[in-house]
Amino acid sequence: MPLVLVGTSYQRAPVELRELLAYDPDLRRDALGRLSTDGAEAAVLSTCNRTEVYGVNPEPRELEERIYGELAGLSGLSHSELAPALYTVTDEAAAVHLFRVAAGLDSMVPGEAQILGQVRDAYEAAREKKTAGPTLHRLFRQALRVGKRVRTETAIGENPASVSSAAAELAERVFENLEGRRILLLGAGKTADLTAANLISRGVGEIVVANRSPERAAALARRFGGRAVGLDAVEAELASTDVVVASTSSQGFVLSAPQVARAMKERRGRPIFFIDIAVPRDVDPAVIELEGCYLYDIDDLERVVAESVAGRREEAVRAEAIVSEEADAFRAWQLSLDVVPAISSLRARAESIRREELERAEGRLASLSPSQRRAVEALTSQIVAKLLHQPTVRMKEAAAGADGVLYADAVRHLFGLGDDADPARKPRQ
Amino acid sequence: MTETALLLFWPALAGYTEAAVAYAGDTVRPGRLVRYAIWGVRLGWLAQTALLVAQAASADGFPWGTWAGSLNLFVWMCVGVYLIWGCRAPFRLLGLVVMPLAAVLLVLAWAAGGVGEPAGSQFGDVFLAFHVGLILAAFAAFTLAAALASLYLWQERRLKRRTPGVLRLRSPSLETLDQLTGRTIAVALPALTVGAGIGLARLESEGAAFDAIMGLTLLTWGVYAAFLVLRWEAGWRGRRTAYLALAGFLLVVLVRVVLTPFVHF
Repeated sequence: MPLVLVGTSYQRAPVELRELLAYDPDLRRDALGRLSTDGAEAAVLSTCNRTEVYGVNPEPRELEERIYGELAGLSGLSHSELAPALYTVTDEAAAVHLFRVAAGLDSMVPGEAQILGQVRDAYEAAREKKTAGPTLHRLFRQALRVGKRVRTETAIGENPASVSSAAAELAERVFENLEGRRILLLGAGKTADLTAANLISRGVGEIVVANRSPERAAALARRFGGRAVGLDAVEAELASTDVVVASTSSQGFVLSAPQVARAMKERRGRPIFFIDIAVPRDVDPAVIELEGCYLYDIDDLERVVAESVAGRREEAVRAEAIVSEEADAFRAWQLSLDVVPAISSLRARAESIRREELERAEGRLASLSPSQRRAVEALTSQIVAKLLHQPTVRMKEAAAGADGVLYADAVRHLFGLGDDADPARKPRQ
Repeated sequence: MTETALLLFWPALAGYTEAAVAYAGDTVRPGRLVRYAIWGVRLGWLAQTALLVAQAASADGFPWGTWAGSLNLFVWMCVGVYLIWGCRAPFRLLGLVVMPLAAVLLVLAWAAGGVGEPAGSQFGDVFLAFHVGLILAAFAAFTLAAALASLYLWQERRLKRRTPGVLRLRSPSLETLDQLTGRTIAVALPALTVGAGIGLARLESEGAAFDAIMGLTLLTWGVYAAFLVLRWEAGWRGRRTAYLALAGFLLVVLVRVVLTPFVHF
């Protein structure tokens, strides 16, 4: 049955439109119910960067219209207003698209990790609502496999793609891990906030916040579960701090090289990592000359991220090869569906003949012992299985070569099988 | 014996060389060649193990009493210590230092006749087994400590210079490298102490002459002892201790490769 995808993403729609087309879990459940009213298969993938509706129905045009109507209803926009932002992809191309999405190849940052979980959520929601039939089951399971393969067989997701995660990973190149480490936050900018959150997610032990305004320092300390100090206490705090995140709006250096040098004497060789994301900079660049001091400013971090994203793009070439391999497997599976009903009918027919013949010979077999009867059963079953093995294999091979329907028709004709094929199925070109 | 030894020597050398080349290639395209490198280390080490077993089986006494023979054993110990945890993901870069060194030293051992028929020695087997075994084990650990220290200095330089690709190659953190260097030396120094002590005791009982190797070995001991004392008492860490570990290793090379063939055997 034809597979249809209608959706939009950050490549087609601005954030204002994507907001209108976003589904929360409740909205998604309702939408799945509406989309599958006539037994069609349906799944909805909704993230901050994309909304995509996958459906399977004998009438693809009708399904596409229904999805358009669903998205128009959700956004409150007319069909013509929505149309420029939406794309429609069908059959194998739709499968390849989902595989690329799951692999992170269609993401803003190649290889980002969250998308795989979001694809899994879309699949789970369709399963819960029982709107995933054989095609969507197969499609989503394979998409999840593609996502896992790409992340284990390539290095696409290994390097950081944001300033905050780059800063945290660099800190982990100095310290083995950040568990139990002490962080000093100087100032309270947005990037510093994100960096602190990233460091906290990696298990840092204690956070100290220093700010010109004691109120803001206290508020930030409360938010991160740390404690607040004044800027005059910074030098004393350095002696026991492992990572410093600086982002004040000060016009001069908040930390000078002599201040840090004095603190380093008390640290007995323990290193300290400075993340200076303030502009103008907060930490004297001469600090880098001190032994055990590592300093990255915003430009350094952005260069690390750019290099890392370039590395991800190189790995994307290998990931595309995996997607293409899996797309071939999905195509072969779809084509094999053409001959499955004929194979099932043929096997059922052969089994019924075997049973009938055994029943007819019942009188002559009555004198057999139970073990002899089992041997006869096994023998006749084996003969049937061996006879049907080669035709089954040949039909599946023919299906992969797009002649499946012709072979299926020939088998039905030769063996006098009923026409139980899907009437919507046409020979593939 | 010579034919069997050569039959095992070449696969061992091939494995180590392949691993060295694959590790170098892995720095250019991370993640692709490292699998081949690890298999090179494993297969090479197995072949060398078989070579040592064959030598031991055909020898009358301690088979590695000569300089070349002990070099063969030394390479096997170095690669063995590296195999224990060096092949794990964050430490793979150590292979860049350890494997080329192993390949070169194995060729040296072969060229000097250390992989063929074991030669007899004027010294007793038990004395040689402890004296040579312990000193070689200590030297192998010092070699590994030097590799860790080199990796530390390389990684530190990249972090200090803020190289944009600093995260592209997986490597252990500076803290881990520093700690492991310290621990390796802390384990190796007692082995060197006992091994050298046995040698000195023998020297005294036989009234033999004190040679330059013995003097340099004691100096090596002093450098590593200073490493530990400065680390524990003066709080030395990082670059300074890494340079000290490398200085100690230079003495090991001087003792093991440059002077021993001419002075001690």
